[in-house]
Amino acid sequence: MSSEYAHPEALVETDWVAEHLNDPHVRLVESNEDPLLYETGHIPGAVKVDWFTTLQHPLRRDFIEKAQFEDLCRRLGIGNDTTVVFYGDKNNWFACYAFWLFAYYGHQHLKIMNGGRTKWVAEGRPLTQEVPNYPPTEYVARDPDPSVRAFREDVFKQMEKGLPLVDVRSPQEYSGELIHMPNYPQEGAQRGGHIPGAVNIPWAQAVNPETSTFKPAAELRQLYEQYGITPDKEVIAYCRIGERSSLTWFVLRYLLGYPNVKNYDGSWTEWGNLVNAPIEK
Amino acid sequence: MGETLPPALAEIVEDFRQCERQEKIALLVDYASQLLPPPPEALADGDAPESVPECMTPVSLRVLEQNGRLRFYFDIPQDAPLIRGYAAIMQQGLWEVTPEEILRIPADFYHVMGLQELLTPQRLNGLTAILAHVKRVATRLLANRLAGEN
Repeated sequence: MSSEYAHPEALVETDWVAEHLNDPHVRLVESNEDPLLYETGHIPGAVKVDWFTTLQHPLRRDFIEKAQFEDLCRRLGIGNDTTVVFYGDKNNWFACYAFWLFAYYGHQHLKIMNGGRTKWVAEGRPLTQEVPNYPPTEYVARDPDPSVRAFREDVFKQMEKGLPLVDVRSPQEYSGELIHMPNYPQEGAQRGGHIPGAVNIPWAQAVNPETSTFKPAAELRQLYEQYGITPDKEVIAYCRIGERSSLTWFVLRYLLGYPNVKNYDGSWTEWGNLVNAPIEK
Repeated sequence: MGETLPPALAEIVEDFRQCERQEKIALLVDYASQLLPPPPEALADGDAPESVPECMTPVSLRVLEQNGRLRFYFDIPQDAPLIRGYAAIMQQGLWEVTPEEILRIPADFYHVMGLQELLTPQRLNGLTAILAHVKRVATRLLANRLAGEN
């Protein structure tokens, strides 16, 4: 039951979404790993964001700036009071990434559709290829919220203080056995391993593989607490580019209510390439 | 051995090159929907399909050889349209070509298609991985043929 979660309002079920398809105060946003999936069919009324072409800065390695974020929301018909519901493929990982970016720019009403695209499709609910158009809004973003995002300097401090770092990649990436996938050198790193002191809790362990929905609060609490990741501490999560760890960030911050969690989006593709950065294997 | 593209593949590459960004997406979606499943004879030959381990999406591949010409069939989940699109481009672009023709395809043939505007390097590498696998199959078939001649 979602009510066990610390912030149950951050999660909605597919039933809720089905009942709010024509609600003008709700905007559904699909965010996938596969950049073509939205075009093959999406929830009626949903708009698309693509993490690479929509959310990344066109030049430097960063996210779109505040003004570009405002343009994006205006174009998608998202107002400052709109409830934005994200969903996507693969356990909602890129949906959480988009959620995280919206939180970074201070949007107040954010939700994840539990179970994502997989659950919606499995339940035989409707999809359409029709791309909706909404009247543009006057969206005004807040300044970026530094409490959700960690930069490398923060990670160095975290490591030196011995505070929790959660590496949510696969055990093979954590151990340094894999620096990158074979034939995938461009998005890899020069060195393999993990940030010293980081514990390995693969991101997908927060999700029930049968239903693609989040595990109950008690199971989640046990999953993280057994590694010493407790709510009284500042926590930084990372993966390879920050997308898997944004799901972990969502779980810790909203489902378990940890007050101080950051996502290190530079992640291993930054740390594993940094000259002189300490590494543990 | 000079690098050239089989005519059908060259035509597909040219179509993409001429498309605007949004049209490229539509074209890829179109290809994804055209991926042909293996015919019964490809399934009946008893060989297990080969998996393409470099791809993050589970991809398996079967090859049918007739009179020295090849047809490739792929098994890819429906919820991975990008990879299905890549596979359909390879299936159509390499329809009934010879192993020699496959080995002459430059590894970066897709650069002129302009997909780097739409896709991260990692997503683009799915295409490289499929081509690399198709080339390994072609190499093996050639090696078997040479072994048979000796």
